[in-house]
Amino acid sequence: MDVNSDRKRVLIAATVLAFAIIIVKLFAIQILSSEYRLSAENNALKYETKYPARGLIKDREGRIIVGNKTTYDIQVTPYYVKEFDTLEFCRIFDIDTSFINEKFRYYRQYRTRIGYQSMTLLKQVPGEKYNMFVEKAFMFPGFSGTPRTSRTYNYNAGGNLLGYISEVDQNFIDKHPEYRSGDYAGRTGMEEAYESLLRGQKGYTIYLRDAHNQIKEHYRNGEMDVTAVAGVDVVTTIDAELQAFGERLMKNKVGSLVAIEPSTGDILTMVSSPGIEVSQLAEISKYYNEIISDPYKPMFNRAVMSPQPPGSCFKIVNGLIGLQEGVVRPSTMYPCHHGFIMGNLRVGCHGHASPLDMYHAIATSCNSYFCYVFKAVIDNPKYGSVRASFNKWKEYTESFGFGVKLGTDIPSEQAGTMPTAERYDKLHGKNRWKALSIISLSIGQGEIGCTPLHLANFAATVANRGYFYTPHIQKDTPECPIDERFKVKHYTMVDSCHFVEVVKGMRMSVTGGTSRVAAVPGVEVCGKTGTAQNPHGADNSVFICFGPMDNPKIAVAAYVENAGFGATWAAPIASLLMEKYLNGEISPQRKDLERRISETSLKHKVRVKKK
Amino acid sequence: MSSDSIISKKLDWVLIGCYIFLVICGWLNIYSSSVDVEHSVFDWQAKYGMHIIWIGSAVLLALTILYVIPARFYSVFSWWIYAFTLLALAAVIVMGTEVNGSKSWLALGPVRVQPAEFSKISIALVLATIMEKYTFRFSNMQDVVKVFAAMGFPMLLILAEKETGLALVYVGFLLAFYREGMNQWVILSGLLAIVLFILTLVTSPFTAIVIWIGMIVLSLSLKSRNPLINIPVGAASLTLVSFLPRLCRIESISNVTGIFKPEVWLTLLTLPVALYFTGKFLFNKRKSVVRNSMLAYMLGIGLIFSVDFVFDHVLQDHQRLRIESLLGIKDDPMGAGYNVHQSKIAIGSGGLFGKGFLNGTQTRFDFVPEQSTDFIFCTIGEEWGFVGALLVIGCYLTLLIRLFNAAERQKSRFARIYGYCVASCILMHVVINIGMTIGLMPVIGIPLPFISYGGSSLWAFTILLFIFIRLDYESRK
Repeated sequence: MDVNSDRKRVLIAATVLAFAIIIVKLFAIQILSSEYRLSAENNALKYETKYPARGLIKDREGRIIVGNKTTYDIQVTPYYVKEFDTLEFCRIFDIDTSFINEKFRYYRQYRTRIGYQSMTLLKQVPGEKYNMFVEKAFMFPGFSGTPRTSRTYNYNAGGNLLGYISEVDQNFIDKHPEYRSGDYAGRTGMEEAYESLLRGQKGYTIYLRDAHNQIKEHYRNGEMDVTAVAGVDVVTTIDAELQAFGERLMKNKVGSLVAIEPSTGDILTMVSSPGIEVSQLAEISKYYNEIISDPYKPMFNRAVMSPQPPGSCFKIVNGLIGLQEGVVRPSTMYPCHHGFIMGNLRVGCHGHASPLDMYHAIATSCNSYFCYVFKAVIDNPKYGSVRASFNKWKEYTESFGFGVKLGTDIPSEQAGTMPTAERYDKLHGKNRWKALSIISLSIGQGEIGCTPLHLANFAATVANRGYFYTPHIQKDTPECPIDERFKVKHYTMVDSCHFVEVVKGMRMSVTGGTSRVAAVPGVEVCGKTGTAQNPHGADNSVFICFGPMDNPKIAVAAYVENAGFGATWAAPIASLLMEKYLNGEISPQRKDLERRISETSLKHKVRVKKK
Repeated sequence: MSSDSIISKKLDWVLIGCYIFLVICGWLNIYSSSVDVEHSVFDWQAKYGMHIIWIGSAVLLALTILYVIPARFYSVFSWWIYAFTLLALAAVIVMGTEVNGSKSWLALGPVRVQPAEFSKISIALVLATIMEKYTFRFSNMQDVVKVFAAMGFPMLLILAEKETGLALVYVGFLLAFYREGMNQWVILSGLLAIVLFILTLVTSPFTAIVIWIGMIVLSLSLKSRNPLINIPVGAASLTLVSFLPRLCRIESISNVTGIFKPEVWLTLLTLPVALYFTGKFLFNKRKSVVRNSMLAYMLGIGLIFSVDFVFDHVLQDHQRLRIESLLGIKDDPMGAGYNVHQSKIAIGSGGLFGKGFLNGTQTRFDFVPEQSTDFIFCTIGEEWGFVGALLVIGCYLTLLIRLFNAAERQKSRFARIYGYCVASCILMHVVINIGMTIGLMPVIGIPLPFISYGGSSLWAFTILLFIFIRLDYESRK
């Protein structure tokens, strides 16, 4: 009995031991390890993303430039797909059967990896096609549609400015970890600049799913769900009608057209031609290769990315510096013998009265006059050396924004180039250069490059008689205020009184000088032509203007590459834009001009690298 | 039958209490794992609805056993019951329906019964009948043969039905044999064989042999007169032996030629020594320890060399995969290890207090297969947490200890042996089932007593337990 009683105890002890092992193991997996809890959530919780509506983009008048429409992504869960009528399916979605075959070959190949997952088969299917699909959805088990918003464009205007959105790629996700595959993000233009406002916040609905990946029910009755928050509407400073008009004028020309409201720095119009058609924006991925291989580079926003010599428009800058430095007065007369001749240096000029004062020099765009002015500035004994006075001159130009980034809210803005003393040291030997070596700066040629935006900003500065607001494309609204930096007046180093003098000259240029073509009935237009030589072919046609002279409402810069004289192309374009903005329509006597300008193609004059 | 009230104080109410608790717990968890929100509690099509019928009928069975059938019935008719069971088991092989790869169901009209589940009752009864005799001795070869034959026949039939798991449960009866005087070495050597088997699979035959030699050397040293000297000497020589193949650079060619495998070398080197000592002390009583150790050594070597054969040719594919998965030889959470992986996720995600009734995401949404039958413990672990699992395990422990003690207390040998059989049987089921769900045991498809869904299982365990309660009641009268 004793032995047997012992054996009972052994059995009980063994039982207790076995149970103890089980309890220890249970403790380990239930209490100590969190791995299983996480796995359980991965197993059972399915997050279904709710995509927010992207913010609209409106113009300064509140007109919607970029809107949303609902399109559908067609999803397929290959696991549930049975034999289906491929032809009918392709007919509904207007696709090729080979596309479907190709896709399904892929799904078959990776079926183990795909498992029960859904794959996106077609993207951005328009509503009509989707409705056709829904009617016949019973024929296609395993296919479903997810609503997405895609962009619509109400004005055929501003392709480059607005930019496009596209699905983020892995590269983008690596840089912006807050994005997930399947999200869309603004990649250029305003869509990129205001991405954080426009995109809104994604939400999600949590479902419980079973082992077959089938949705069973709403997790905790939705209390953990997050609703999507629609993006904020962004109001731009752009005038949609004006922008469309500007693009019509710039059609088939290579160059830019920028208009700024001087009193605010609002960019009213910004055309880069040739640009991206808005119809291509919505389906950018379809047109991407075509756009990329276009030798005229429509993606390239010339208005802020293409620094070019400003030509004669720059004479006004030199005139202002000369006046401020006191080396010249408006009444100072300089001769012009069909050019500026000094030693064996000759800067040619066209025929006009001589000698002449600054007003007339501006009006007739006399090269010689501004060579004298520039020489006087650089040879100013006040600074002791050419180098010192050159640096002072450079300081002046930078106060106008030349050679520096203006700091707009347009992506990829370029600073342009202004020469430095070091550059000339290299070119001519250290300090072995003088005013005459760099005399081409006087007329805006040589080592100087400024973007059309710089020029427009300069026009606005003159219109404001000495200051500018950093140009921007976001309109200041109470709901969505602009950055403080856009509300600061930037004064140039030239006093307002001197601006008054050059404005007189610019007015005379329109009334009786080189800019006569820019005269707009009922508006006191001030303008300045420019014909910029460039090493890449025919001269660039440049024009800056603003109007009305007193209390200006608009400042415009037009830059047409390889088009010839400033007065021939840039001046009509800029003035027509101004007329449209100020008068609302083009006066009858200028209708012919408008037609001629918008119908002419100058594209062929631009030499491009054919791919 | 006594005339006192149904609620008799002489019934073992602890056992009955544990039974009721487990059955209710079972129904709740079956409900939770198979409920569909749209259906009512009494949906007779659903598993939880069906299970109510099973529970109701099981209670009727229990009452019948307690108050209708006389206690003498079982010892008198045990052989008849046994014969009937064998017949049923054989019938299943001939005309059974196949479910999940095992042909163990007998369709009786609308219900299907699994005779294998019931066979444990008749085996327990027959074993008790055999061993009850006063002349029964485990040292008597005839008796031993009788016992193992009684156990072996139904076991073979069940194996033929491919219900390996249920057959395995009968190994548990060894515990009852142990209590009834079977040599403890039989059980110990069984355990050792399992350890060697696993060692060989997990490491390599060579390592297993080295460890096996080490164990023998250690036990011999402990039994010797100078263990303090012999243990270090043994350890040192063993270390030398284990590095022998490396010293001889045999490993580098071992891949090429089978005969030069290190384990073969080691065996060829040590076997003559073992044979020599076995022969020398074959009839020497004083040195029987040495002789037995050498015999054990040779048996162990034989086992180690047969592991590959057993593993590759005796076990079925899915069993091999399950064992490999359990031992971590092949990590395959989506394949053979899927069940256990998902089951561990379900239980592990329960935490301390669980997710609450009906809130288990893993068990409700079919991540765990067989969640209402073999993997019902997952629902308990997930929804009731560590605390709930502890409660259930505690209840089983109470039941088992109570059973062991009650069995020991019995005046009749029949009742005692039967009691031990019941306890061993439940113990095997519980340990294997729960062990399987938490990855301690390979996946062996046997139900959790009183809890798992299924009529056959619930009925069988009810009958098994209540016959003992009835016998116990008899002894207390």
